[in-house]
Amino acid sequence: MKRFAELISELDSTTKTTKRLAALKRYFVEVPDQDKLWCIALMTHRRPKRPVKTTLLREWAAEEAGIATWLFEDTYHIVGDLAETIALVLPNATDQSSKSLTQTIQDLIAITGAKEEEKERFVKASWRQLDKNGRFVFNKLITGGFRIGVSSKNLTKALADYTGQDVNVLAHRLMGNWTPDTTTFEELILQEDPDGDASKPYPFYLAYAVNDEVSELGAIEDWIVEDKWDGIRGQVIRRKGEIFVWSRGEELVTDKYPEFQSFMDSVPDGTVIDGEIICHDGDKPMSFGVLQTRIGRKAVSKKTLKEAPVKLIAYDILEHEGKDVRDLPQAERRKLLESVVEEADDPTLLISAVIQMQSWEELASFRALARERHSEGLMLKRANKPYKIGRKRGDWWKWKLDPLTIDAVLIYAMRGHGRRANLYTDYTFAVWNGEQLVPFTKAYSGLTDKEFARVDAFVKKNTLERFGPVRSVQPELVFEIAFEGIRASTRHKSGIALRFPRMARWREDKKADEANTLDDLKEMLDLYG
Amino acid sequence: MTGLLSYKAQGIYCEAGDFFIDPWRPVDKALITHAHADHSRWGMKRYLAHHRSIPVMRHRLGEINVSGVEYEEEVNINGVKVSFHPAGHIIGSSQIRVEHKGEVWVVSGDYRTGESDHTCAPFEPVKCHAFITESTFGLPIFRWQTNESLFADMNAWWSSLARNKKNAVLFAYSLGKAQRVLAGVDPSIGPIFTHGAVENTNEVLRTDGMILPETTRITQEHKSGDIKGALIIAPPSAMGTPWMKRLQPYETAIASGWMQVRGMRRRRNADKGFVLSDHADWEGLNHAIAETGAERIYVTHGYSDIYSKYLSEQGYDARVVETEYGEEHEEKEANT
Ligand SMILES: [Zn+2]
Ligand SMILES: [Zn+2]
Repeated sequence: MKRFAELISELDSTTKTTKRLAALKRYFVEVPDQDKLWCIALMTHRRPKRPVKTTLLREWAAEEAGIATWLFEDTYHIVGDLAETIALVLPNATDQSSKSLTQTIQDLIAITGAKEEEKERFVKASWRQLDKNGRFVFNKLITGGFRIGVSSKNLTKALADYTGQDVNVLAHRLMGNWTPDTTTFEELILQEDPDGDASKPYPFYLAYAVNDEVSELGAIEDWIVEDKWDGIRGQVIRRKGEIFVWSRGEELVTDKYPEFQSFMDSVPDGTVIDGEIICHDGDKPMSFGVLQTRIGRKAVSKKTLKEAPVKLIAYDILEHEGKDVRDLPQAERRKLLESVVEEADDPTLLISAVIQMQSWEELASFRALARERHSEGLMLKRANKPYKIGRKRGDWWKWKLDPLTIDAVLIYAMRGHGRRANLYTDYTFAVWNGEQLVPFTKAYSGLTDKEFARVDAFVKKNTLERFGPVRSVQPELVFEIAFEGIRASTRHKSGIALRFPRMARWREDKKADEANTLDDLKEMLDLYG
Repeated sequence: MTGLLSYKAQGIYCEAGDFFIDPWRPVDKALITHAHADHSRWGMKRYLAHHRSIPVMRHRLGEINVSGVEYEEEVNINGVKVSFHPAGHIIGSSQIRVEHKGEVWVVSGDYRTGESDHTCAPFEPVKCHAFITESTFGLPIFRWQTNESLFADMNAWWSSLARNKKNAVLFAYSLGKAQRVLAGVDPSIGPIFTHGAVENTNEVLRTDGMILPETTRITQEHKSGDIKGALIIAPPSAMGTPWMKRLQPYETAIASGWMQVRGMRRRRNADKGFVLSDHADWEGLNHAIAETGAERIYVTHGYSDIYSKYLSEQGYDARVVETEYGEEHEEKEANT
């Protein structure tokens, strides 16, 4: 555990990739296989089930620190990370522990079903035995979210360096349904594995964004163009008489989308399709808001299946007749995909239509209408290239639609956290409804550090009222809010909810009364909701 | 804020004595807690400060009309008794005690309690009825380590870089933090170089009698590769500027209380963070306030809302006062 905490603090205290890779490799060299395996599992989001509720952790930490719960909560809001807040407020360690990473995790798994008092004893005792770094990591083991600046790409690189294996082979090995309980380091990383894990997906190929310089991509004939559908990117696998559905976040979501069980009859064994999971009424795609009603739910009710039915819009084929076909050129994979989809003749399996245009200009005007097709923009894929791993420049580009925008007035500000902990950077915006300002969205990002500092100074000098960490301010500043989608919402006072709202720019040229109105928003809702 | 001291557009005001303390707009008579730019501003007709604040004030503000006092020396201003007491923050930093008709108020300015070094007199609590406190680090996550362990870490960082023929660039405010670093590191590890802004301040302080290890100013003459295995102290504003080219190869670190928080460390984008502050930590604030015996506490710059709520729960009559002090300390000095 101490060694793992050291690794995390090493990774955390450098911004240089080479140093991070070296630290990981040193860790792999020094620790036993089982700890290596857990390290890989944690860094690929394979954490055991949360053994303790975070509300309890917060209570216990406040108790141990001897502070009121509101003070703990306000502090947590500023730090922005629960594991770190707890590590920092607790008094210094009084004892020492020599448990390994694996042992610590096994202990955590063991208390998962225990009584609350037992959990409390275990957690508090562990806190007393660990220094600041150790506690931080221990808390992260409970709360999850090991985002320590190690991308799966870098983890794979370090492992490749350590084992002498090919990076792409390792990337594929690391995917799938394994946990440290179902495999060993030897089995997962080192052994040749002909039989393999039937559920194992391929690493996704992700596109970079391209803006309006598309004509620099060369002749339009060299590109296959499709819509970029607004759903969940996923892989549907049919292997060994089973169906597996993976989301891009490497999450196995088979049970959430029972619709795809139909592939058992329509798609031949040994097929892996990459596509977009979207809600679709049989006629056309439904808005992303409909799909959202399914994402968070565990059980799928009959009602959901009826009101929010999903389909797969296929983009690509990665495995055909049990063979990895990722190295075939895009155009050939496309032909294979078309034949599979056609033969399947399954209403749940659609194909993303190829868009044929004579020129980039023509394509640009087609793209402008994407929102009406419920598409986010276009995907450009070079016809003669293979399917790659991860986000790579060159052969796949997404050419997204410009966001929707509206001018709104800043009315509340809250202190940011983490990176921006001492500045007021979290804002609530309003539009006019007659003489009244109606709040309709929050936004945290989009300004430069300099702009945030200036708005922060404005907030501090123009506070009207304080409500805990929130201040209401003189309604003077106008910002252009950009967002990707809009839908009706009964949870919001304004009756609407935005998708990915952010500050596009500070409209210093506008006065508050020049901001948009609630009617303007409702008009957008009618058009695009 | 009402009573002996009150809050005006220009700053904290004493009506009975007709003077301001650390005003942020031009006034006739200004009492200055310390020489940092956000507390000691330009444009006052007359200044009164601790005599060890004056050299730096003159260096920064030019020819000003200023008189100096010793710690605990009593000054009478229009029948109001005024005295300066060590605040432990930087050289000359003072808490200003104001007494009139038996009522005593203390303005803390910025302060740091606990261990000190020879670059600044240690904090001394002053009994009062009302205390105006800063709250820069007024959250229970801020707990400073001992100087011994802090400088052991810093020395280890510098030594390991020096062994690899790399430079250790440390960002620290040129007034206060830079001298704390100089007083704490082990100068036998290698040569110490300074950015012009730091060296200018060092010169002023050495002339005034402060003992610091030998430092060399980096100038145009220094070319890339001239400096090896050195500790280089520079103000934060020099980060990422072309000035740094001649220091290659190097790694960077920041010395600041904010380095306690991971998010802040990452935002600043340095290789390393040392938690070194010239402000009081959570326990330091609580302890200092208890020692004053004051019932009324006015909380200024920092986590003022949270900290005053905490104090109210502890039974103090605590409230927030908006001031214009803050983090902008030394933005301007990068070019000097
Ligand atoms: Zn200061
Ligand atoms: Zn200050």
